[in-house]
Amino acid sequence: MRRSRIMILAVSCVSILPLAAMLPDTTAVHEQTFITHSGAVITTTGEVLDPLYTASTVEFDPDRYLRNFEYGVIHEDDGRIIREYTIIARDDLIQEISPGVFYNVWTYNGTVPGPTIRATEGDIVRIHFINQGAKPHTIHFHGTHPAEMDGVFEIVGQGGGQFTYEFEAGPVGVHPYHCHVMPLEEHIVHGLYGVFIVDPAEGRPPADEMVMVLNGFDTDFDGENNFYAANTVPFYYQHHPITIQKDDLIRIYAVNMVEFDPINNFHLHGNLYHYYPTGTDTVPSHFTDMITLSQTERGIMEFSYQYPGQYVFHAHKVEFSEKGWVGTFLVQ
Amino acid sequence: MGAVIPLVLISVLVWYVTGPGAETISRGTPIPDVTLEMVTFEESEIRITVRNTGPVPIRIVQGDVNDRIQPSAVEPDGYLERLETATVRIPYEWNEGEPYNVGITIHDGTRFDRDIPAASLAIPIDLPRVGLLALAGTYIGIIPVFIGMMWLPFIRRLSSRGLSFFLALTIGLLLFLGIDTLEEALAISSEGISGTLNGGLLIAVAAVSAFMVLQCISGRLGHARGAGFGAALMVSIGIGLHNFGEGLALGAALNLGSLAFSAYLMAGFAIHNTTEGIAIVAPLSSHRRTMRKLVALGAVAGAPAVLGAWTGGFSYSPITTVIFLGVGAGAIFQVILAISRWIIPSWQELSSPPVAAGVMAGMAIMYVTSILV
Repeated sequence: MRRSRIMILAVSCVSILPLAAMLPDTTAVHEQTFITHSGAVITTTGEVLDPLYTASTVEFDPDRYLRNFEYGVIHEDDGRIIREYTIIARDDLIQEISPGVFYNVWTYNGTVPGPTIRATEGDIVRIHFINQGAKPHTIHFHGTHPAEMDGVFEIVGQGGGQFTYEFEAGPVGVHPYHCHVMPLEEHIVHGLYGVFIVDPAEGRPPADEMVMVLNGFDTDFDGENNFYAANTVPFYYQHHPITIQKDDLIRIYAVNMVEFDPINNFHLHGNLYHYYPTGTDTVPSHFTDMITLSQTERGIMEFSYQYPGQYVFHAHKVEFSEKGWVGTFLVQ
Repeated sequence: MGAVIPLVLISVLVWYVTGPGAETISRGTPIPDVTLEMVTFEESEIRITVRNTGPVPIRIVQGDVNDRIQPSAVEPDGYLERLETATVRIPYEWNEGEPYNVGITIHDGTRFDRDIPAASLAIPIDLPRVGLLALAGTYIGIIPVFIGMMWLPFIRRLSSRGLSFFLALTIGLLLFLGIDTLEEALAISSEGISGTLNGGLLIAVAAVSAFMVLQCISGRLGHARGAGFGAALMVSIGIGLHNFGEGLALGAALNLGSLAFSAYLMAGFAIHNTTEGIAIVAPLSSHRRTMRKLVALGAVAGAPAVLGAWTGGFSYSPITTVIFLGVGAGAIFQVILAISRWIIPSWQELSSPPVAAGVMAGMAIMYVTSILV
């Protein structure tokens, strides 16, 4: 009798124990402060959740990507310049695309976006493509090339499949490249894209040049982007301003790779820019501070600042800027 | 010893499937789940109580308002084990009366959100607010119950058929309250408690437990059968537990801004709850009772509404609310059983016109007055 009572008591205690987990945790932590979007200073005893203040910890480096151009391994053949590249596709990397947010990125050479490939009009571009992923992938370049170099029907198998893309660089301008395996949207939004720049033979005026891929991530797969950015990491250039010099000519190669949302746009503060759609013409189509871009729509923006200081640039579809597509220029 | 062997064996089994055997048994991906249990609007700040209600630990990495990322903080920290809670603080200049959708994002990029129909300043714990909530509880609980009890002299003059009708009416009233309480509990459970915590079954456990405990108590007191103070007290306790739940829901609704604090609402509750007074005094028809005992009965039934309003207004949690509502429902069903055994000793009685009419009238009165709330 007594023993059974003890048993009942013990079983009751054990079954009540999990309820203890519902009690609040009272561990004391030191205080920290953070600043809101409207400038208020807030003190917390917990952790700060703020993409602005911790962006430097993420794996992809937007500062390096911004002004990095890959010219390839160059050799000449009959007076023709041949640029050789090796691009390896993977689909197994988990990267911190925003502080604390881990997402399965599909990558060309380990990053989203992939390397910025740059050639001069008429050069031969030769790309050794290796698919180390677990799914078939390709590279489809926007631009002029023979049908068999289009990266659509020539599926490159997973686990080491290879293909060599070779074509004459053209036309002059800024173009995207991306995987073209079905389901296409999935292969693009996971990160298989990059920028391909074709310079005119006579060159462009010297400038401080940079690449901005406007992209987004749907991290919970509900068909809507959770994050937007210029160059992958939300809010990065807001926290790490891009330093430029007063009166210097600035040239931005901007490519819109946002999916799901029909449009994206690029608004510059305190200034206007000359806009060259697709970069194919030497005469600008607009002198404006606001250009709207559809999927893979891209162009070249040229401007210089007269006054020093800090200037914002962002999507004027402000939902996107409030989810990360915002940055600043620090004019010195 | 015989009782211990199965416990040892089940422990070994649990150890094996979660330890060495986990590799061979596990299939599929555990999907994190998070519940935004409560959202309160403070001065220039929105606070979210988040509970990890999924099968795996999670980390909260971001807060947002209307799906726009906001610099925010999580206290005490963002890492949540199963069932652990944290508070996400989002500094935000919100606008009174506007609807908001607030959200958090966890480490795998999944966003969880909750809609708030109208933002309203959280009730700070100060004397005027304590008073306001007490007043609300008094209006919905104490006053109507006492007014309803004033039907006692009228009930005493009734014939036995008339009395049967009124006792059956009480059953109808209580039946309605019981179902109403369960419905309310299920609604809160589906809104604020995630599926993994089995809110519906939690209500069942609370209700059945309350039912059995009260059954034991009334059996011990020997008051389960027959009219009198004991029966009235059991009705009062049952209604009191129900009113505690009602006060809890009201206080929480006022605090969370999902209900406007209006005179119309108070009037509706008052009319609705006046009928509870009848239920208390019906068993007292043939007994002389002192005023003091009547006041005690009314207080037992009505005062918990004030306690409930305070609890709900100052420290709301959907889990405790659901437990209280479940207890209230169980208590009411026990009272129904007790009264039924007394006025309906056989199935023949159930078919008597006064009883049938009384139950139906009780349900109908409650339904009509509930529309006012």
